[in-house]
Amino acid sequence: MKSSVITFPGSNCDRDMDVALKKFGFKNKMVWHADTELPKSDLVVLPGGFSYGDYLRCGSMASKSKIMQSVINFANSGGMVMGICNGFQILVETGLVPGVLLRNKYLEFICKNVFVKINDKKNKYFKNVDNQVLEFHIAHNEGNYFCTNDQLKEIEDNNQIAINYCNENGKIEDQFNPNGSIKNIAGIFNKEKNVLGMMPHPERMIDTSLSGEDGSLFFKNLINNLK
Amino acid sequence: MIVNEQIAIDHGLKKDEYAKICELLKRTPNITELGIFSAMWNEHCSYKSSRLHLKKLPTKGKKVIQGPGENAGVIDIEDNDAIVFKIESHNHPSFIEPYQGAATGVGGIMRDVFTMGARPIANLNSIHFGSPQHKKTKNLLRGVVHGIGGYGNCMGVPTIAGQTSFDSSYNGNILVNAMTLGLVKKDKIFYSKAAGLNKPVIYVGSKTGRDGIHGASMASASFDEKIEEKKPTVQVGDPFTEKLLLEACLELMAGDSIIAIQDMGAAGLTSSSIEMASKGNLGIEINLNKVPCRESKMTPYEIMLSESQERMLIVLENGKEEQAKKIFDKWNLDFAVIGKTTKSKKIELYFDEEKVADIPVNTLVENSPMYDRKWKKTKLPKKNKIKKEDIKHLKIIDALKKILANPNVCSKEWIWQQYDHTVMGDTIQKPGGDAGVVRVHGTDKAVAASVDSSAVYCWAHPLTGGKQVVCESFRNLISVGAKPIAITNCLNFGSPENEENMGEFVECVQGIGEASEYLKFPVVSGNVSFYNQTKDEGIKPTPAIGGVGLIKNFKKMITMEFKELDSLVLVIGKTEGHIDQSLFARNILDEKNGPPPEVNLFNEKNNGETLLKLIDNNLIKSAHDVSLGGLITAVAKMCIKGKKGINIKKPKYLINEIEYLFAEDQGRYIVEINKKDFKKVADILNKNAVHFDELGTITEKNIYINSKTKVTIDELSTSNKNWLTNYMSK
Repeated sequence: MKSSVITFPGSNCDRDMDVALKKFGFKNKMVWHADTELPKSDLVVLPGGFSYGDYLRCGSMASKSKIMQSVINFANSGGMVMGICNGFQILVETGLVPGVLLRNKYLEFICKNVFVKINDKKNKYFKNVDNQVLEFHIAHNEGNYFCTNDQLKEIEDNNQIAINYCNENGKIEDQFNPNGSIKNIAGIFNKEKNVLGMMPHPERMIDTSLSGEDGSLFFKNLINNLK
Repeated sequence: MIVNEQIAIDHGLKKDEYAKICELLKRTPNITELGIFSAMWNEHCSYKSSRLHLKKLPTKGKKVIQGPGENAGVIDIEDNDAIVFKIESHNHPSFIEPYQGAATGVGGIMRDVFTMGARPIANLNSIHFGSPQHKKTKNLLRGVVHGIGGYGNCMGVPTIAGQTSFDSSYNGNILVNAMTLGLVKKDKIFYSKAAGLNKPVIYVGSKTGRDGIHGASMASASFDEKIEEKKPTVQVGDPFTEKLLLEACLELMAGDSIIAIQDMGAAGLTSSSIEMASKGNLGIEINLNKVPCRESKMTPYEIMLSESQERMLIVLENGKEEQAKKIFDKWNLDFAVIGKTTKSKKIELYFDEEKVADIPVNTLVENSPMYDRKWKKTKLPKKNKIKKEDIKHLKIIDALKKILANPNVCSKEWIWQQYDHTVMGDTIQKPGGDAGVVRVHGTDKAVAASVDSSAVYCWAHPLTGGKQVVCESFRNLISVGAKPIAITNCLNFGSPENEENMGEFVECVQGIGEASEYLKFPVVSGNVSFYNQTKDEGIKPTPAIGGVGLIKNFKKMITMEFKELDSLVLVIGKTEGHIDQSLFARNILDEKNGPPPEVNLFNEKNNGETLLKLIDNNLIKSAHDVSLGGLITAVAKMCIKGKKGINIKKPKYLINEIEYLFAEDQGRYIVEINKKDFKKVADILNKNAVHFDELGTITEKNIYINSKTKVTIDELSTSNKNWLTNYMSK
């Protein structure tokens, strides 16, 4: 399986993603933001970080960079595109997934483990994951997902919510919402479910010595689903 | 403008210093030259009050590749890997403008590390604030934490450990010390020593603006009521540009075109160009019109004294300019050839085709002032006798809860949750333990680091305090299973012109020197921050020690939370019952006098090294050093983190229960072992003449003390966790 990780100026989880993808069997290539051609890929990842310093709205500058037109075309033709954290912010700026990401409710950067409940398994990202609840890790300042009522209705009607923040037993309640996201949304799909944007970093959970191993579960499953 | 004595004094120079400048130059300096002298001769850059004493610190060792004098220290961690690290203060700017002050402190120290070719792999910090009741404290704390996070998070370097304290002596002068560790191959270390004639001098990074002019001079004076006017001397950080600068520099460093490289930190282009020339025993010629400027009509004076961030100066091999420029273009950074190395041994500056400065380099460096300031010795205070009637009404559990909720002991999760501590995917011990630990990427090795200070002990008796901080750093590293290698120090003191403050400095340095010599834990880098003083009021002496150690197999790393029911808990090291200057004395008995606990270097070394042996033999399940709040506080934290209880039986010592539980005697650790290993552990401890007590057994949910006192871990956990969150949300 071939994957590509895009490096924007200010990306800082690009190497971590590269390490994770390779660990679980992907042949990964790093792609520079100023390139125009995407290498042949089964999966394209927009990594976390602070692209262009996030000095404008997070992700907005990166969404206009040269490589993004190829990424958008790739996604529109059914290619798998996953945006993590800043990558999710870039995805909403391109319009590939609906909604926006606001500043966290308590106005502070937050770095900790959270639990997320998988809402939908009829997609290549979460199909065959045995667990219903995963322990993931978040590290962001702008992860507060928001959208209009109409958008929310559409998202729910199409079953586009990928994961919600919850407790270890899968209970989705306000008290387990780390950033104020509407409906505890931690990740969403596009309509066709080939594009996934999520705030948690599965690449930081790939080793028992790190924060946990549910990231390993995610990547192992992902590569199997793509085969 | 014609320079005179008054203008020199306005630049922070003393009358005799100005006279010396005129004598060295054999003429009156022009304003640009005066600016350069004032920047190089201030306390911050010249170490004029501290140099004499710093020379006494032990700086050599088998593992030391580079000691003080470079951008950062370098130690050997085997297999051609080396760790570059340093701690630095950004106290004055952080008080004036907490967000930018702290952010640029973090940015500056990371630059020091990657200037040497190392990729930063961990950040730490030691931050100190005034009393929680003081009106400025909350906003300063919030601003500093946001600033540290804002910069470090954007850079993608994990913040893995730190220390936060509150004390009214910091009401008018907070402390912000930032430390960075970087990883480099031993044969790819870069230095700041220029070499060769007519080599191009290159400016890279951000453009130069008018920010931070005289920042280093500002940090070399006390504060007064006009402090708000100093805001323009604080630099503004741009972590995004620094991230690009980091990647561009490392890309250029992968080749062989760099002769010397130096970041523009305090005193900007002035100190970076002069240091490179001085180390290479060369001259430097710069055309200031070539310096990329952010604002129009900047004068030579402003260009030379600007402390705009995210800039580097490089001496390149001839003919490599194009190749280097390509890299910086790729990263969208400025790149300009601004001058060349010369044989003149002078710094010569040109602007609009006129020579605007012409100063022999040695007058700025070797001939800079050095003072043997007067200082006063601090006598060891007399011991207090605790009266039985003062303590007999005290309930142990109430005192313990109060201590766990004390601002200096309570959980700092509110702070470190705002720092990205997991990026780079190698953080195997997060903040909140004895030391932070990161793996050396792709290897079995891990590096542990901690930062410590004990201002109260240093204030009570600087010599003992200085020794104690080094020992505490040593213990924190050993507690996670790391072999301590070397330290960096950040020496925060009041005015060196005050005999008492100077005495505190001299004796703390002596203590640090004695301990680091004995423990073979040399000082490889550091920084001095004097004038942490508002009018006549100085801070408590606060040397901060950043320690670094190596864990050869990261799977042997130890954490502090209790692991298993029925395990046996031991106290390594003897408890003598020293209550003076303990948190118990100050917080519960309201007793501020007396000597700090004595430091016995033999015991420190022996206890620590023996514990490392036990860890190496896989005999230790968890460990934690005993510090602030004594044995019971340490045990309570291990219980809280492990969500387990303990049944404590006090050994039959002569000292009473309160003394046993709350004393802050040094050289002690709490360890958890498997019951079946007791004989093996006892044998090793006995063979090495290490004193130990059997403290008790791990149980569920409660702490029992001698079967009569009981408290639930949930209650203790609430006391420990809530203080800071509540304080910040009020």
